[in-house]
Amino acid sequence: MSAIPAAPEKIPVTVLTGYLGAGKTTLLNRILSEPHGKKYAVIVNEFGEIGIDNELVVNADEEVFEMNNGCICCTVRGDLVRIIDGLMRRKGKFDAIIVETTGLADPAPVAQTFFMDENVGAKTRLDAVVTVADAKWLKDRLKDAPEAKNQIAFADVILLNKTDLVTPAELAEVEARIRAINPYARLHRTVRSQVDIAEVLERNAFDLDRILDIEPQFLTADSHDHDHDHHHDHDHGHDHHHHHDHGGLKHYHDEDMQSISIKTDKPIDPDKFFPWVQNLVATDGKDILRSKGILNFKDDPERYVFQGVHMILDGDHQRKWKADETRDSRIVFIGRQLPEDKIRQGFAGCIA
Amino acid sequence: MAEAPIPSLATRVRPVKAEAAIVGVHFFGATPVFVLGEEALLYIRSEDEDRVAVHGGGILVSASDGERIVTGGDDGKLIATDIDGEHEVIATDEKKRWIDQVALGPDNAVAWSAGKTANVRTKKGEVRSVDAPSTVAGLCFAPKGLRLAIAHYNGASLWFPNAEAAPTKFEWKGSHLAVTISPDGKFLMTAMQESTLHGWRITDAKNMRMSGYSARVRSMNWTADGKFLATSGSEQLILWPFDGKDGPMGRQPTMLAPSTSRVAVVACHPKQPVVATGYADGRVVLVRIDDGALIEAREADGQPVSALGWDGAGRLLAFGTEFGDAGILTL
Repeated sequence: MSAIPAAPEKIPVTVLTGYLGAGKTTLLNRILSEPHGKKYAVIVNEFGEIGIDNELVVNADEEVFEMNNGCICCTVRGDLVRIIDGLMRRKGKFDAIIVETTGLADPAPVAQTFFMDENVGAKTRLDAVVTVADAKWLKDRLKDAPEAKNQIAFADVILLNKTDLVTPAELAEVEARIRAINPYARLHRTVRSQVDIAEVLERNAFDLDRILDIEPQFLTADSHDHDHDHHHDHDHGHDHHHHHDHGGLKHYHDEDMQSISIKTDKPIDPDKFFPWVQNLVATDGKDILRSKGILNFKDDPERYVFQGVHMILDGDHQRKWKADETRDSRIVFIGRQLPEDKIRQGFAGCIA
Repeated sequence: MAEAPIPSLATRVRPVKAEAAIVGVHFFGATPVFVLGEEALLYIRSEDEDRVAVHGGGILVSASDGERIVTGGDDGKLIATDIDGEHEVIATDEKKRWIDQVALGPDNAVAWSAGKTANVRTKKGEVRSVDAPSTVAGLCFAPKGLRLAIAHYNGASLWFPNAEAAPTKFEWKGSHLAVTISPDGKFLMTAMQESTLHGWRITDAKNMRMSGYSARVRSMNWTADGKFLATSGSEQLILWPFDGKDGPMGRQPTMLAPSTSRVAVVACHPKQPVVATGYADGRVVLVRIDDGALIEAREADGQPVSALGWDGAGRLLAFGTEFGDAGILTL
């Protein structure tokens, strides 16, 4: 008898979003044409736009399917369920999958597909949501296009593109706007979507270990703009967004979309935490776009990590705490009109 | 759950190394043919094995009527292959879209779909087409007459390709995937995205909901006597009763062959009330419906079972896995 075959590794999937004209197709053509030694299966939304002839480019119709229960959070991309099932018969022909969405797409159904569909989730894993944003026009789109804001909020990696078309002051302004919505994404400034492919693909951003990469001060309540490049800018823009400066660092509070991060060094009681977080996403999941966390449970030698999209939560014990590691718990929520006090008090109530 | 040791027929299995994901298996008489995920059909003849390349890419779907195997590929082609491996292109999608579904019907009729369009080629060679409200997710012919069932978003449709009339719609909110019609022609059944079965009694469109699955039902098959619909999607073989005029309405399914692993594929014996049941852990068992007795045909080894098929006489069972291991059991 032959040896038992090991379960094959899950194929990483990168979801590429971005408002119309931001530079998604340019990035995709770059990924497909550069000599990086990897093969990608690409699911595109409009046939023909891709300039590369590749048998593994698949046209998708973006069919957003709700479940019979009517729950918007259970919505999946029906075409992805079908296409990934078909692609997996040819595994070995490609190393990873890239899903390009249309400019007007809400990233939630795409992300949810990887958690809601058992077959898709068993064979692939969501690696990262990468959002391409137009440095010149994003500020306007954040005002008039809810899709554009969702795409920023959902992102693990943001390419702030066309930076050659704006002044340094405008660039600092748009970055501050992005950070007001999503302080946790990796942000790259690009021209013509030019970026090291390794910074975009197979990031394992959905691997929650990376939350620890975020600087600890990032995860405090009033730190909203904390990229590695700090822009000292004293321009006082006046519009419907609130904004204030801390030590020369420009901060915005987006009225609509916020993030909440909470950290504690006290151990958490899992018997309190799970009912609380499940109830939270059940009642407020419509407004919670993304959630992530690393937890230090009482008397538990292992770190527990979780992530969520709207009402869906996915979590597991990840690994043993290292001897030299600070055993603290951090959770992050990004969403719309989040009930901050309720979330903070609720989490505080989970302390063992 | 501890599984009690059961009799095994593993010594009567002819092993096959397909070396590609197996997506289907069919028989020409006593000759099994495995449909591989990549390009080819693998014929297992008494003395040797033949690999016949038919598609220029992945094979997505297959169906057979015992005379030919019809396959749909991601090369946009629909191809019919016979017992000698001779093959012809039946249709090519002009936009090179994937051929997602195929079904074979009476009088050599062939149905296939690409995107939202379902097509039927009649015995005269005429092609008729109809557009579904969404991408077609399942196709099957009714047991009598030239009538096609089409599964799609928010329901399923029954269509007479030879009639001018629009398809009859059976509505139920949600995404309907696989579709099948009971052998007596009375019930239209679909498997849904949310791990349930849905059904309609065709005469009055009365709805049936069958829930309790732990995963999407990806395999459905009727027993030879038409009394049960065998389904995958749970950690046991689920058999819904269809022997009364109301089908399974208000009744409980028969649940057999419990396991720690999920049932992935089911294939009913062509004559006896026996169901070949393949699990996600690689195990294949024969399940006798009357008393739930089990015989093992393949041991669990972690390779998800992806194809099961009987020859017409019910003497040979062919099985294959996602990782390319296959075998033929002689009863």
